[in-house]
Amino acid sequence: MSGHSNWPEWIYVAVVIALMVWVGAEAWEAERLIEHVPADAKTIIVTGQQWFWTFEHEDGTKEIGELHVEVGKAYKFEIVSKDVNHSFNIHDYVVLMDAIPGRVNTVWFAPTEVGQHDIQCREYCGLIHYNMRGTLYVEAPSS
Amino acid sequence: MVLELQKPRPIWQIMFSTHHTDVGLLYLITSLAFLFLGGSLALAIRAELFLPGAQIIGDAMTFNRIFTVHGTTLIFLFILPFASSVGNYFVPIMVRYKDMAYPKLNAIAFWMIPPAGALIWLGFADFTWYATPPYSIISAPGPAADMWIFGLKILGISSVLGAINFIVTILKCKHPDMSIGQVPLLAWSFLSSSMIILVAIPTFAAALLMLLTDRLGVSGFFNPAMGGDPIAYAHLFWFTFHPEVYVLVIPAIGMMYEIIPRFSRKPIYSYNSGVFAFVLLSIVGFSSWAHHMYATGMSFTEKTVFMVGTLAAVPASAMHVFNFIATMWNGRIKFSTPMMWAVGGIALFFSAGAGGVANAAMPLDFTTHDTYWVVGHFHLFVMGTIAFGSIGFLYYMFPYVTGRMYNEKMGKVHFVMSFIGTVLVFFTQHVLGLYGMPRRVFDYPPIPEWIAMNQIATVGAMIIGVSMVIFLANMIYSSGKGALANTEDPFGVGGKYYYPFEAKNPSH
Repeated sequence: MSGHSNWPEWIYVAVVIALMVWVGAEAWEAERLIEHVPADAKTIIVTGQQWFWTFEHEDGTKEIGELHVEVGKAYKFEIVSKDVNHSFNIHDYVVLMDAIPGRVNTVWFAPTEVGQHDIQCREYCGLIHYNMRGTLYVEAPSS
Repeated sequence: MVLELQKPRPIWQIMFSTHHTDVGLLYLITSLAFLFLGGSLALAIRAELFLPGAQIIGDAMTFNRIFTVHGTTLIFLFILPFASSVGNYFVPIMVRYKDMAYPKLNAIAFWMIPPAGALIWLGFADFTWYATPPYSIISAPGPAADMWIFGLKILGISSVLGAINFIVTILKCKHPDMSIGQVPLLAWSFLSSSMIILVAIPTFAAALLMLLTDRLGVSGFFNPAMGGDPIAYAHLFWFTFHPEVYVLVIPAIGMMYEIIPRFSRKPIYSYNSGVFAFVLLSIVGFSSWAHHMYATGMSFTEKTVFMVGTLAAVPASAMHVFNFIATMWNGRIKFSTPMMWAVGGIALFFSAGAGGVANAAMPLDFTTHDTYWVVGHFHLFVMGTIAFGSIGFLYYMFPYVTGRMYNEKMGKVHFVMSFIGTVLVFFTQHVLGLYGMPRRVFDYPPIPEWIAMNQIATVGAMIIGVSMVIFLANMIYSSGKGALANTEDPFGVGGKYYYPFEAKNPSH
């Protein structure tokens, strides 16, 4: 073997492993908290199809391409698809979940400020995938 | 076999040859042809995205077909055949055998590539290189989709045949005086990547057949309307193609292991750690496939398992980087063109790996998944690491193949422009992803940040495009008219090289 010390490599590998353990532990802890859906979250059924989004609120009202929610409340999205895979995305709130035919995927969020945000599809779904967009309106509470 | 342009032979002698350097030459020319074809599609994509709205490419369907064929071409018809070319030239010599173990099988494996490439290019499918069901089953137009499936099927068989050949050549045909611990690291990289191919490819081969019968309507494996599950396809696909990432990158690392010590004029820092990292990577590479699927609705436990599996692959990759830097440390480094490409490739390999750690962390993945971040991330591997290692190695083997020297100045200009271009395109795309731009889009809303970053990326791509023209001119001119190389020591760095033209028992 070569006549040099291997200690630098051992120390280096140990540092890399320690970094990975730290990243993994932080990610685990954050994800555990994020996945905990609040008990009072209102359910919105999100349906993806080529090439638009439909939203159905708990009271049965439906919206196409637009979603109106109230600031400060928690919402749980139940995401389904009518044809091919899509991915429901509100990038500003890091809401991302695939819409897969035959499955119901859930993800939740609680808007913190009044405003408008883009809704888009982030999984390739064919011809008009690039324009499968919508708008989220976060509004002040009505009552 | 080599020195073709000094001792010309009729082309059919090369085409029908089974000698390893002839097959290597065929692989080399084919892979470079597809590099330029696939690369020009990339320039078309970047040109289209320079501004929002439709400009160059008339419609979304054409655009979708272009990025599908771009990805398929550069992965399967450039990177893999290029690695096979290097393996064909060097592995038999490194293990001191007269040829590959099965020369006819070797030629057959090569000759599967042109028809597969023709199927992919004449079909021009639109369902991305991932061919996601149910889109690929119910929506993707035929016969393009079916031609793509058959093309990939043929390429899979070709890969498996090549892998068997490399494994047998290295393990069974190496010189009796040579222990496995004396096999050079470049040959070790082919042993590792071939082992991965044997384990990984059959899964996707099965999935492709199921996809085909689903498209024919006789089965419903992945079609929810017939009780199937698209997620099953995702698992089968990524079980093959996450390890496949290592199949692509390991030979490129092996090429750097040949270049770095040669131009540092020092032995490799630790041969054992290189071998260990190859073997470790090819095992751990199988524990991370579903990190591509966090957003498909996986449970917390599943995501945790695959995050740990992904992070576990990092130390092995990091060991290679350490090994390279420790080898260069205190070396009398000569920055000839191959060395510049290898060092640039290592820097980009490190950047790509660091970005990969961010992807693997579950909460961050939901920000980056399916955005341009991911596009930037994997291109830093396939372009920044693998293509850089491969092109560096092409410059390195150029005097051996042609007997002439390439133009050193043009080689360096090629490197500098490509490096600047690669950083401009792919680092920018990381940031663009953080701003939320989805990948695989023909058009985008006129958000000022998106426009600015797309324009930077397009400029970078054009710089790479120009550098590739310089590269092509250099290769063509120098192989015919370049200065004669000193084939004992073409780079003037001393030491013992592996000479392809020392190959024994040429078949002609």
